[in-house]
Amino acid sequence: MNWKFTYLILIILGLQISLFSQEDDLMDMFADEEPTIEYADATFKTTILVIGQTIENPLNGTLLFNVQHRFGPVNSGWYDFFGLDQANTRIGFQYGITDWLGIGIGRSSYQKTYDGWVKVKILRQSKGLRKMPLSIDYFGSMGISALKWPEPDRTNYFSSRLSYANLILIARKFSPGVSLQLMPAHVHYNLVETKADDNDVFSIGAGGRFKVSKRISINLEYYYILSAQTRKQFTDPFSIGIDIETGGHVFQLYATNAEGIIEQHFIARTSGDWLNGDIHIGFNISRAFTIKKPKEFRK
Amino acid sequence: MKTLKLTIAILILAATTTYGQRYITKTGHIWFHSEAPLETIEAHNNQVNSALDLTTGAFVFKVLMKSFIFEKALMQEHFNENYVESDKFPNATFQGKVTNIDDIDFQKEGSYDAEISGELTIHGITNKVDANGTFDVHPDMIAGTSKFTLLIADYNISIPGAVAGKISEEIEINVDLKLKELKK
Repeated sequence: MNWKFTYLILIILGLQISLFSQEDDLMDMFADEEPTIEYADATFKTTILVIGQTIENPLNGTLLFNVQHRFGPVNSGWYDFFGLDQANTRIGFQYGITDWLGIGIGRSSYQKTYDGWVKVKILRQSKGLRKMPLSIDYFGSMGISALKWPEPDRTNYFSSRLSYANLILIARKFSPGVSLQLMPAHVHYNLVETKADDNDVFSIGAGGRFKVSKRISINLEYYYILSAQTRKQFTDPFSIGIDIETGGHVFQLYATNAEGIIEQHFIARTSGDWLNGDIHIGFNISRAFTIKKPKEFRK
Repeated sequence: MKTLKLTIAILILAATTTYGQRYITKTGHIWFHSEAPLETIEAHNNQVNSALDLTTGAFVFKVLMKSFIFEKALMQEHFNENYVESDKFPNATFQGKVTNIDDIDFQKEGSYDAEISGELTIHGITNKVDANGTFDVHPDMIAGTSKFTLLIADYNISIPGAVAGKISEEIEINVDLKLKELKK
């Protein structure tokens, strides 16, 4: 009997020990969770790098109101107050229909141009369950110039007002602070000034953002014109800017040698030269409106 | 022979009690709320992991920060990018105890007050937290709720000067769990 009692005590003690060990590994039950796809979020802070597009789309269900403002060239001197007397503005709206599809419309004062665009996410950089090294977007834009016909007496066609831009945006977020992007671009003008001018211009762009603090980054953007004829007539746009995040908004301040705001106007129609001081100061502001609320907030 | 029977009985008992005492959920709901003159911030997470040991009172939480859904998508992006830095600190965890576990009769249906104490880790910073809550014991599950506040500053989360007035320094945390018995 005594022996049996000892045996029982031993078992109970053993049980106690097993209970104590349980306590420690309660958290371990969640240790080996199923791997999920982790997308690289916020490769860039906004849909605009400095003056051109990034792979970022307007967020799903969010309407963005944008004002893109560009002053005149700094080398215009005191008379034009270093360019501040002149202004070129695009006001626009963009909306995220889904996570992968964004659309936008806008109007630039430069050549009185209306534009509409679509941006489609083809690949999203991710790790975890699905590994994808790059994000790739297609961006397509159409511009309609509403300038008065220079020669109203001759037969003018509406199609002459149209211009197009097609871009493939390839980006990678290398670290939380560094993201780089490549942008092969094609711009088409239905009407060009002379027969010798290119209707189709090819260009390759490169850019990146480098965070200097949690909320401030320095962005660079450059497009190199590949088409020979256009290369002789125009210069490559180079832009440098800073993104300043203020709570829900991003303010972008930059300098560029380009005058145009939409792709058709700056990729292949830039005439300013940094070395001559043809530098334009500009800024972008945006305001976000939530149109489609997540299901947690629908009442 | 009698000893062997007894041993087996105890072992079976031991086995059932060890597994029977754990309650778990992977779809717990945690939401937080902060009110300030300009901006009310609210976010919901419906994928909260939590486990409770009925015998010892051990109580744990594991919360994936990226699963918090905000009303404004932009706010959600900034929350992950700048405030809690979800890439660096993907989870918030709580490791603690229900200190008055002995006062709660999990065999009997009813509502019981619970005192919870433990260590809460958010943004890589660990602080001791005490909170009061309620356990509602149902035949098939235990519903746990709690509400407590914490200070953003305690977790080394900086608010930029430009929005300092917009965001409250205090965040109200709500917890709502439906814990089910863990069966193996």
